[in-house]
Amino acid sequence: MEPSFEFNWEATINSIPHLLPGIPYTLLISFGGLAIGFFIGIFFGLLRISPLRWLRWPAIVYVEVFRGTPILVQVLFIFYGLPQLLGSPINALVAGIAAIAVNSGAYISEIVRGGVQSIERGQREASLSLGLSRTQAFRYVIWPQAFRRMIPPLGNQGIISIKDTSLFSVIGVGELVRQGQVYIASTFTAMEVYLMVAIMYLAITWSLSIILRQLENKGLVGQ
Amino acid sequence: MNDNAQQIVRMQQLNKHFGSLHVLKNIDMHITPGEVVVVIGASGSGKSTLIRCINGLEEFQSGSLEVDGNELLPNGKSGQALQTIRTEVGMVFQQFNLFPHLSVIDNVTLAPMKVRGWNRSDALEAAKRLLDRVGIADQADKYPSQLSGGQQQRVALARALAMEPRLMLFDEPTSALDPEMIGEVLDAMRELAKEGMTMVIVTHEMGFAREVADRVVFIHQGEITEEGPPEQLFDKPRHERTQSFLARVLKH
Repeated sequence: MEPSFEFNWEATINSIPHLLPGIPYTLLISFGGLAIGFFIGIFFGLLRISPLRWLRWPAIVYVEVFRGTPILVQVLFIFYGLPQLLGSPINALVAGIAAIAVNSGAYISEIVRGGVQSIERGQREASLSLGLSRTQAFRYVIWPQAFRRMIPPLGNQGIISIKDTSLFSVIGVGELVRQGQVYIASTFTAMEVYLMVAIMYLAITWSLSIILRQLENKGLVGQ
Repeated sequence: MNDNAQQIVRMQQLNKHFGSLHVLKNIDMHITPGEVVVVIGASGSGKSTLIRCINGLEEFQSGSLEVDGNELLPNGKSGQALQTIRTEVGMVFQQFNLFPHLSVIDNVTLAPMKVRGWNRSDALEAAKRLLDRVGIADQADKYPSQLSGGQQQRVALARALAMEPRLMLFDEPTSALDPEMIGEVLDAMRELAKEGMTMVIVTHEMGFAREVADRVVFIHQGEITEEGPPEQLFDKPRHERTQSFLARVLKH
Protein backbone atom coordinates (compact mmCIF):
# COMPACT_ATOMS: atom_id res chain seq x y z
CA MET A 1 0.00 0.00 0.00
CA GLU A 2 1.28 3.43 -0.90
CA PRO A 3 1.56 5.95 1.87
CA SER A 4 -1.02 8.44 0.80
CA PHE A 5 -0.85 10.82 3.74
CA GLU A 6 -0.85 14.49 3.00
CA PHE A 7 -0.79 16.99 5.83
CA ASN A 8 -3.91 19.13 5.75
CA TRP A 9 -3.11 22.58 7.09
CA GLU A 10 -6.66 23.64 6.67
CA ALA A 11 -7.76 21.02 9.16
CA THR A 12 -5.27 22.41 11.67
CA ILE A 13 -6.64 25.91 11.28
CA ASN A 14 -10.24 24.74 11.24
CA SER A 15 -9.79 22.95 14.54
CA ILE A 16 -9.09 26.19 16.41
CA PRO A 17 -12.69 27.18 17.22
CA HIS A 18 -13.37 23.61 18.35
CA LEU A 19 -10.37 23.53 20.67
CA LEU A 20 -10.71 27.00 22.19
CA PRO A 21 -13.50 26.01 24.62
CA GLY A 22 -10.98 23.64 26.21
CA ILE A 23 -8.60 26.42 27.19
CA PRO A 24 -10.66 27.87 30.06
CA TYR A 25 -10.89 24.36 31.56
CA THR A 26 -7.18 23.75 31.19
CA LEU A 27 -6.43 27.10 32.81
CA LEU A 28 -9.00 26.67 35.56
CA ILE A 29 -7.79 23.19 36.50
CA SER A 30 -4.12 24.08 36.43
CA PHE A 31 -4.22 27.47 38.12
CA GLY A 32 -7.01 26.52 40.54
CA GLY A 33 -5.10 23.40 41.48
CA LEU A 34 -1.77 25.22 41.72
CA ALA A 35 -3.24 27.94 43.94
CA ILE A 36 -4.46 25.33 46.41
CA GLY A 37 -1.27 23.32 45.93
CA PHE A 38 0.74 26.41 46.84
CA PHE A 39 -0.90 26.61 50.26
CA ILE A 40 -0.63 22.86 50.75
CA GLY A 41 3.04 23.19 49.81
CA ILE A 42 3.73 25.99 52.25
CA PHE A 43 1.93 24.09 55.00
CA PHE A 44 3.75 20.77 54.57
CA GLY A 45 7.02 22.42 53.55
CA LEU A 46 7.14 24.32 56.84
CA LEU A 47 6.06 21.26 58.84
CA ARG A 48 8.91 19.40 57.19
CA ILE A 49 11.51 21.75 58.70
CA SER A 50 9.93 21.90 62.13
CA PRO A 51 12.28 21.01 64.97
CA LEU A 52 9.56 18.68 66.28
CA ARG A 53 9.69 15.15 64.88
CA TRP A 54 5.95 14.48 65.23
CA LEU A 55 5.28 17.51 63.02
CA ARG A 56 7.88 16.46 60.47
CA TRP A 57 6.73 12.95 59.77
CA PRO A 58 3.21 13.73 58.45
CA ALA A 59 4.92 16.06 55.96
CA ILE A 60 7.37 13.35 54.94
CA VAL A 61 4.55 10.84 54.44
CA TYR A 62 2.50 13.34 52.44
CA VAL A 63 5.35 14.16 50.08
CA GLU A 64 6.37 10.53 49.60
CA VAL A 65 2.81 9.40 48.84
CA PHE A 66 1.83 12.11 46.38
CA ARG A 67 5.20 12.46 44.73
CA GLY A 68 5.66 8.73 44.54
CA THR A 69 2.39 7.82 42.79
CA PRO A 70 1.34 8.79 39.24
CA ILE A 71 -0.97 11.76 38.95
CA LEU A 72 -3.15 9.70 36.60
CA VAL A 73 -3.73 7.16 39.35
CA GLN A 74 -4.42 10.01 41.78
CA VAL A 75 -7.12 11.54 39.61
CA LEU A 76 -8.71 8.13 38.89
CA PHE A 77 -8.69 7.45 42.60
CA ILE A 78 -10.39 10.77 43.32
CA PHE A 79 -12.91 10.62 40.47
CA TYR A 80 -13.87 6.93 40.56
CA GLY A 81 -12.67 5.84 43.99
CA LEU A 82 -13.75 8.55 46.38
CA PRO A 83 -17.44 8.52 45.32
CA GLN A 84 -17.66 4.95 46.67
CA LEU A 85 -16.67 6.37 50.03
CA LEU A 86 -18.78 9.54 49.81
CA GLY A 87 -21.84 7.90 48.27
CA SER A 88 -22.18 10.62 45.65
CA PRO A 89 -20.31 11.33 42.41
CA ILE A 90 -17.61 13.97 42.20
CA ASN A 91 -17.65 16.60 39.51
CA ALA A 92 -14.84 15.89 37.02
CA LEU A 93 -13.64 19.48 37.14
CA VAL A 94 -13.40 19.35 40.93
CA ALA A 95 -11.57 16.03 40.74
CA GLY A 96 -9.06 17.51 38.28
CA ILE A 97 -8.40 20.56 40.45
CA ALA A 98 -8.02 18.35 43.51
CA ALA A 99 -5.54 16.08 41.75
CA ILE A 100 -3.37 19.01 40.64
CA ALA A 101 -3.61 20.49 44.14
CA VAL A 102 -2.46 17.39 46.05
CA ASN A 103 0.14 16.48 43.47
CA SER A 104 1.72 19.91 42.99
CA GLY A 105 1.40 20.42 46.76
CA ALA A 106 3.84 17.58 47.33
CA TYR A 107 6.43 19.03 44.97
CA ILE A 108 5.88 22.57 46.24
CA SER A 109 6.49 21.33 49.82
CA GLU A 110 9.95 20.34 48.75
CA ILE A 111 10.45 23.66 46.95
CA VAL A 112 9.42 25.55 50.09
CA ARG A 113 11.66 23.43 52.29
CA GLY A 114 14.64 23.88 49.97
CA GLY A 115 14.03 27.62 49.68
CA VAL A 116 13.85 28.20 53.41
CA GLN A 117 16.80 25.95 54.17
CA SER A 118 18.92 27.73 51.56
CA ILE A 119 18.91 30.98 53.56
CA GLU A 120 22.19 31.40 55.43
CA ARG A 121 22.08 30.80 59.15
CA GLY A 122 23.52 34.27 59.74
CA GLN A 123 20.26 35.86 58.57
CA ARG A 124 18.34 34.21 61.36
CA GLU A 125 21.06 34.96 63.89
CA ALA A 126 21.17 38.63 62.92
CA SER A 127 17.38 38.84 63.22
CA LEU A 128 17.30 37.19 66.63
CA SER A 129 20.21 39.29 67.86
CA LEU A 130 18.15 42.39 67.03
CA GLY A 131 15.37 41.15 69.29
CA LEU A 132 13.01 39.89 66.59
CA SER A 133 11.02 36.85 67.67
CA ARG A 134 11.45 33.63 65.71
CA THR A 135 8.14 34.30 63.96
CA GLN A 136 9.16 37.85 63.05
CA ALA A 137 12.56 36.66 61.84
CA PHE A 138 10.80 34.21 59.57
CA ARG A 139 8.20 36.65 58.33
CA TYR A 140 10.36 39.70 57.65
CA VAL A 141 13.76 38.20 56.90
CA ILE A 142 13.79 34.50 56.00
CA TRP A 143 10.57 34.10 54.01
CA PRO A 144 10.95 37.09 51.64
CA GLN A 145 14.41 35.87 50.65
CA ALA A 146 13.36 32.23 50.44
CA PHE A 147 10.37 33.13 48.29
CA ARG A 148 12.56 34.85 45.72
CA ARG A 149 14.69 31.76 45.44
CA MET A 150 11.53 29.66 45.08
CA ILE A 151 10.24 31.50 42.00
CA PRO A 152 12.21 29.52 39.37
CA PRO A 153 11.32 26.06 40.74
CA LEU A 154 7.72 27.18 41.32
CA GLY A 155 7.52 28.26 37.68
CA ASN A 156 8.86 24.88 36.69
CA GLN A 157 6.18 23.16 38.74
CA GLY A 158 3.50 25.41 37.24
CA ILE A 159 4.48 24.35 33.73
CA ILE A 160 4.55 20.68 34.70
CA SER A 161 1.10 20.93 36.28
CA ILE A 162 -0.38 22.69 33.24
CA LYS A 163 0.79 19.79 31.07
CA ASP A 164 -0.42 17.23 33.63
CA THR A 165 -3.99 18.47 33.13
CA SER A 166 -3.89 16.86 29.68
CA LEU A 167 -4.20 13.48 31.43
CA PHE A 168 -7.58 14.45 32.79
CA SER A 169 -9.20 13.85 29.41
CA VAL A 170 -9.64 10.33 30.82
CA ILE A 171 -12.24 11.49 33.33
CA GLY A 172 -14.03 13.52 30.68
CA VAL A 173 -13.25 17.08 31.73
CA GLY A 174 -13.63 19.24 28.64
CA GLU A 175 -10.02 20.47 28.65
CA LEU A 176 -7.83 20.90 25.60
CA VAL A 177 -6.99 17.27 24.86
CA ARG A 178 -10.56 16.17 25.43
CA GLN A 179 -11.86 18.80 22.99
CA GLY A 180 -9.29 17.62 20.48
CA GLN A 181 -10.32 13.97 20.85
CA VAL A 182 -13.98 14.81 20.38
CA TYR A 183 -13.25 16.83 17.27
CA ILE A 184 -10.95 14.19 15.79
CA ALA A 185 -13.64 11.55 16.26
CA SER A 186 -15.68 13.30 13.58
CA THR A 187 -12.90 14.48 11.25
CA PHE A 188 -10.18 11.77 11.47
CA THR A 189 -7.46 14.44 11.24
CA ALA A 190 -5.48 13.36 14.30
CA MET A 191 -2.09 14.74 13.32
CA GLU A 192 -3.42 18.11 12.22
CA VAL A 193 -5.51 18.62 15.34
CA TYR A 194 -3.01 17.33 17.88
CA LEU A 195 -0.49 19.72 16.38
CA MET A 196 -2.83 22.58 17.19
CA VAL A 197 -3.41 21.14 20.68
CA ALA A 198 0.34 21.12 21.22
CA ILE A 199 0.65 24.69 19.97
CA MET A 200 -2.00 25.82 22.43
CA TYR A 201 -0.19 24.19 25.37
CA LEU A 202 3.00 25.80 24.22
CA ALA A 203 1.29 29.21 24.04
CA ILE A 204 0.13 28.85 27.64
CA THR A 205 3.41 27.56 29.07
CA TRP A 206 5.50 30.03 27.10
CA SER A 207 3.42 32.97 28.35
CA LEU A 208 3.94 31.72 31.89
CA SER A 209 7.70 31.50 31.30
CA ILE A 210 7.81 35.10 30.13
CA ILE A 211 5.86 36.34 33.15
CA LEU A 212 8.14 34.38 35.48
CA ARG A 213 11.27 35.73 33.87
CA GLN A 214 10.04 39.26 34.49
CA LEU A 215 9.22 38.42 38.10
CA GLU A 216 12.70 37.01 38.57
CA ASN A 217 14.39 40.06 37.11
CA LYS A 218 12.41 42.27 39.45
CA GLY A 219 13.46 40.15 42.40
CA LEU A 220 17.13 40.37 41.52
CA VAL A 221 17.61 43.74 43.18
CA GLY A 222 19.33 43.33 46.48
CA GLN A 223 20.35 39.72 45.98
CA MET B 1 36.68 46.49 92.97
CA ASN B 2 33.34 46.31 91.16
CA ASP B 3 30.03 46.28 92.88
CA ASN B 4 28.33 43.07 91.72
CA ALA B 5 24.90 44.63 91.42
CA GLN B 6 25.95 47.09 88.74
CA GLN B 7 27.63 44.60 86.45
CA ILE B 8 25.95 44.22 83.10
CA VAL B 9 27.31 40.74 82.44
CA ARG B 10 27.81 38.23 85.23
CA MET B 11 29.06 34.90 84.00
CA GLN B 12 29.99 32.27 86.54
CA GLN B 13 31.41 28.80 86.02
CA LEU B 14 29.96 28.65 82.52
CA ASN B 15 30.46 25.38 80.66
CA LYS B 16 29.57 24.55 77.10
CA HIS B 17 29.79 21.27 75.23
CA PHE B 18 29.39 20.51 71.53
CA GLY B 19 28.68 16.80 71.82
CA SER B 20 31.82 15.35 73.37
CA LEU B 21 33.76 18.56 72.81
CA HIS B 22 34.19 20.73 75.91
CA VAL B 23 34.21 24.16 74.28
CA LEU B 24 34.03 26.49 77.27
CA LYS B 25 35.43 25.49 80.64
CA ASN B 26 34.38 27.16 83.88
CA ILE B 27 34.35 30.66 82.46
CA ASP B 28 34.01 33.54 84.91
CA MET B 29 33.50 36.90 83.29
CA HIS B 30 32.11 40.10 84.69
CA ILE B 31 31.60 43.27 82.75
CA THR B 32 30.90 46.70 84.16
CA PRO B 33 28.85 49.27 82.19
CA GLY B 34 31.12 51.44 80.06
CA GLU B 35 33.86 48.83 79.98
CA VAL B 36 35.48 47.73 76.70
CA VAL B 37 36.61 44.13 76.90
CA VAL B 38 38.60 42.56 74.08
CA VAL B 39 38.73 38.78 73.83
CA ILE B 40 41.72 37.29 72.05
CA GLY B 41 42.87 33.75 71.36
CA ALA B 42 43.67 31.34 68.57
CA SER B 43 40.91 30.27 66.20
CA GLY B 44 38.93 27.43 67.74
CA SER B 45 39.79 28.62 71.25
CA GLY B 46 36.11 29.31 71.98
CA LYS B 47 36.20 33.11 71.96
CA SER B 48 33.34 33.54 69.48
CA THR B 49 31.31 30.89 71.25
CA LEU B 50 31.82 32.77 74.49
CA ILE B 51 30.33 36.04 73.29
CA ARG B 52 27.55 34.21 71.43
CA CYS B 53 26.47 32.78 74.79
CA ILE B 54 25.84 36.31 76.05
CA ASN B 55 22.91 36.86 73.66
CA GLY B 56 21.84 33.25 73.58
CA LEU B 57 22.92 32.40 70.02
CA GLU B 58 24.75 29.53 71.71
CA GLU B 59 23.34 27.50 74.57
CA PHE B 60 25.47 26.55 77.53
CA GLN B 61 25.13 23.45 79.67
CA SER B 62 25.97 24.60 83.16
CA GLY B 63 26.89 27.65 85.16
CA SER B 64 25.08 30.93 85.56
CA LEU B 65 24.78 33.91 83.27
CA GLU B 66 23.01 37.16 83.97
CA VAL B 67 22.84 39.95 81.41
CA ASP B 68 21.52 43.33 82.50
CA GLY B 69 19.63 41.70 85.34
CA ASN B 70 18.03 38.97 83.18
CA GLU B 71 19.04 35.43 83.91
CA LEU B 72 19.83 33.05 81.07
CA LEU B 73 19.30 29.40 81.89
CA PRO B 74 21.33 26.41 80.69
CA ASN B 75 20.23 24.36 77.68
CA GLY B 76 18.20 27.11 76.07
CA LYS B 77 15.44 27.18 78.67
CA SER B 78 15.50 30.94 79.13
CA GLY B 79 12.20 31.96 77.49
CA GLN B 80 11.22 35.60 77.86
CA ALA B 81 14.48 36.62 79.55
CA LEU B 82 16.35 35.75 76.36
CA GLN B 83 14.03 37.95 74.30
CA THR B 84 14.58 40.84 76.70
CA ILE B 85 18.35 40.38 76.60
CA ARG B 86 18.41 40.39 72.81
CA THR B 87 16.57 43.70 72.63
CA GLU B 88 19.20 45.22 74.98
CA VAL B 89 22.30 43.60 73.47
CA GLY B 90 23.45 44.42 69.94
CA MET B 91 25.73 42.27 67.84
CA VAL B 92 27.98 42.78 64.83
CA PHE B 93 29.00 39.66 62.92
CA GLN B 94 32.06 38.70 60.95
CA GLN B 95 29.97 38.21 57.79
CA PHE B 96 27.88 41.38 58.39
CA ASN B 97 24.63 39.41 57.90
CA LEU B 98 22.78 42.37 56.46
CA PHE B 99 19.33 41.60 55.07
CA PRO B 100 19.98 41.51 51.31
CA HIS B 101 16.33 42.01 50.32
CA LEU B 102 16.01 45.28 52.25
CA SER B 103 17.55 48.64 51.47
CA VAL B 104 20.16 50.01 53.85
CA ILE B 105 17.64 52.24 55.59
CA ASP B 106 15.12 49.39 55.92
CA ASN B 107 17.83 47.18 57.42
CA VAL B 108 18.24 49.78 60.14
CA THR B 109 14.57 50.55 60.78
CA LEU B 110 13.25 46.96 60.80
CA ALA B 111 13.96 46.03 64.42
CA PRO B 112 13.04 49.38 66.02
CA MET B 113 9.68 49.24 64.24
CA LYS B 114 8.88 45.57 64.77
CA VAL B 115 10.42 45.06 68.20
CA ARG B 116 10.27 48.48 69.83
CA GLY B 117 7.07 49.44 68.06
CA TRP B 118 8.34 52.80 66.83
CA ASN B 119 6.40 54.45 64.03
CA ARG B 120 8.06 54.74 60.67
CA SER B 121 8.97 58.41 60.82
CA ASP B 122 10.67 58.12 64.22
CA ALA B 123 12.55 55.01 63.10
CA LEU B 124 13.61 56.71 59.86
CA GLU B 125 14.86 59.77 61.66
CA ALA B 126 16.92 57.71 64.10
CA ALA B 127 18.24 55.52 61.27
CA LYS B 128 19.38 58.52 59.25
CA ARG B 129 21.16 59.95 62.27
CA LEU B 130 22.96 56.64 62.83
CA LEU B 131 23.91 56.21 59.18
CA ASP B 132 25.28 59.72 59.24
CA ARG B 133 27.29 58.87 62.33
CA VAL B 134 28.94 55.87 60.66
CA GLY B 135 29.49 57.93 57.50
CA ILE B 136 27.10 56.32 55.03
CA ALA B 137 24.07 58.60 55.05
CA ASP B 138 24.31 58.97 51.27
CA GLN B 139 23.90 55.20 50.74
CA ALA B 140 20.61 54.88 52.59
CA ASP B 141 18.52 53.80 49.61
CA LYS B 142 20.99 51.32 48.19
CA TYR B 143 20.91 47.59 48.78
CA PRO B 144 23.66 45.86 50.80
CA SER B 145 25.07 44.13 47.73
CA GLN B 146 25.79 47.54 46.20
CA LEU B 147 28.10 48.52 49.07
CA SER B 148 31.71 47.67 49.84
CA GLY B 149 32.49 45.32 52.73
CA GLY B 150 33.54 48.18 54.98
CA GLN B 151 30.35 50.07 54.23
CA GLN B 152 28.25 46.96 54.84
CA GLN B 153 29.85 46.42 58.21
CA ARG B 154 29.18 50.04 59.17
CA VAL B 155 25.54 49.58 58.18
CA ALA B 156 25.48 46.48 60.37
CA LEU B 157 26.83 48.58 63.22
CA ALA B 158 24.15 51.24 62.65
CA ARG B 159 21.50 48.52 62.50
CA ALA B 160 22.55 47.17 65.89
CA LEU B 161 22.79 50.63 67.42
CA ALA B 162 19.28 51.49 66.22
CA MET B 163 17.93 49.30 69.01
CA GLU B 164 19.73 51.55 71.52
CA PRO B 165 21.54 48.62 73.09
CA ARG B 166 23.12 48.72 76.54
CA LEU B 167 25.85 46.34 75.43
CA MET B 168 27.45 45.65 72.05
CA LEU B 169 29.04 42.36 71.01
CA PHE B 170 31.51 42.25 68.11
CA ASP B 171 32.38 38.86 66.65
CA GLU B 172 35.53 39.37 64.57
CA PRO B 173 34.03 42.43 62.86
CA THR B 174 36.98 43.03 60.54
CA SER B 175 38.07 39.46 59.72
CA ALA B 176 36.08 39.28 56.48
CA LEU B 177 37.19 42.69 55.24
CA ASP B 178 39.80 43.66 52.68
CA PRO B 179 42.76 45.26 54.48
CA GLU B 180 42.03 48.75 53.17
CA MET B 181 38.55 48.68 54.73
CA ILE B 182 39.49 47.56 58.20
CA GLY B 183 40.39 51.07 59.29
CA GLU B 184 36.98 52.61 58.62
CA VAL B 185 35.21 49.96 60.69
CA LEU B 186 37.69 50.23 63.55
CA ASP B 187 37.26 54.02 63.48
CA ALA B 188 33.51 53.68 63.92
CA MET B 189 34.05 51.27 66.83
CA ARG B 190 36.65 53.55 68.39
CA GLU B 191 34.13 56.37 68.23
CA LEU B 192 31.54 54.21 69.93
CA ALA B 193 33.95 53.23 72.70
CA LYS B 194 34.73 56.91 73.29
CA GLU B 195 31.05 57.61 73.76
CA GLY B 196 31.00 55.16 76.62
CA MET B 197 29.34 52.13 75.04
CA THR B 198 29.90 48.84 76.85
CA MET B 199 31.58 46.55 74.35
CA VAL B 200 32.82 42.99 74.16
CA ILE B 201 35.01 42.53 71.10
CA VAL B 202 36.49 39.38 69.64
CA THR B 203 39.27 40.44 67.30
CA HIS B 204 42.67 39.69 65.86
CA GLU B 205 43.52 43.40 65.57
CA MET B 206 46.02 43.60 68.40
CA GLY B 207 46.92 47.25 67.86
CA PHE B 208 43.26 48.18 68.10
CA ALA B 209 42.83 45.99 71.17
CA ARG B 210 45.70 47.67 72.94
CA GLU B 211 44.31 51.08 72.12
CA VAL B 212 40.61 50.73 73.04
CA ALA B 213 40.47 47.91 75.57
CA ASP B 214 40.04 48.51 79.26
CA ARG B 215 40.69 44.84 79.72
CA VAL B 216 41.99 42.05 77.50
CA VAL B 217 40.96 38.46 78.02
CA PHE B 218 43.07 35.66 76.56
CA ILE B 219 41.30 32.36 75.92
CA HIS B 220 43.09 29.11 75.26
CA GLN B 221 41.27 25.84 74.60
CA GLY B 222 38.04 27.06 76.17
CA GLU B 223 39.62 28.48 79.31
CA ILE B 224 40.47 32.01 80.34
CA THR B 225 44.22 31.71 80.72
CA GLU B 226 44.94 35.30 81.56
CA GLU B 227 43.27 38.69 81.68
CA GLY B 228 44.22 42.20 82.55
CA PRO B 229 44.70 45.74 81.27
CA PRO B 230 46.22 45.81 77.76
CA GLU B 231 49.59 47.18 78.90
CA GLN B 232 50.01 44.30 81.27
CA LEU B 233 48.71 41.56 79.01
CA PHE B 234 50.55 42.66 75.90
CA ASP B 235 53.81 43.85 77.50
CA LYS B 236 54.19 41.61 80.52
CA PRO B 237 52.12 38.48 79.89
CA ARG B 238 52.49 36.13 82.83
CA HIS B 239 51.47 32.89 81.18
CA GLU B 240 53.65 31.00 78.83
CA ARG B 241 50.65 30.30 76.55
CA THR B 242 49.81 33.98 76.35
CA GLN B 243 53.42 34.73 75.53
CA SER B 244 53.62 32.21 72.73
CA PHE B 245 50.27 33.31 71.28
CA LEU B 246 51.31 36.96 71.29
CA ALA B 247 54.71 36.09 69.84
CA ARG B 248 52.92 34.40 66.95
CA VAL B 249 50.38 37.14 66.19
CA LEU B 250 52.58 40.16 66.84
CA LYS B 251 55.44 38.94 64.72
CA HIS B 252 54.12 40.46 61.49
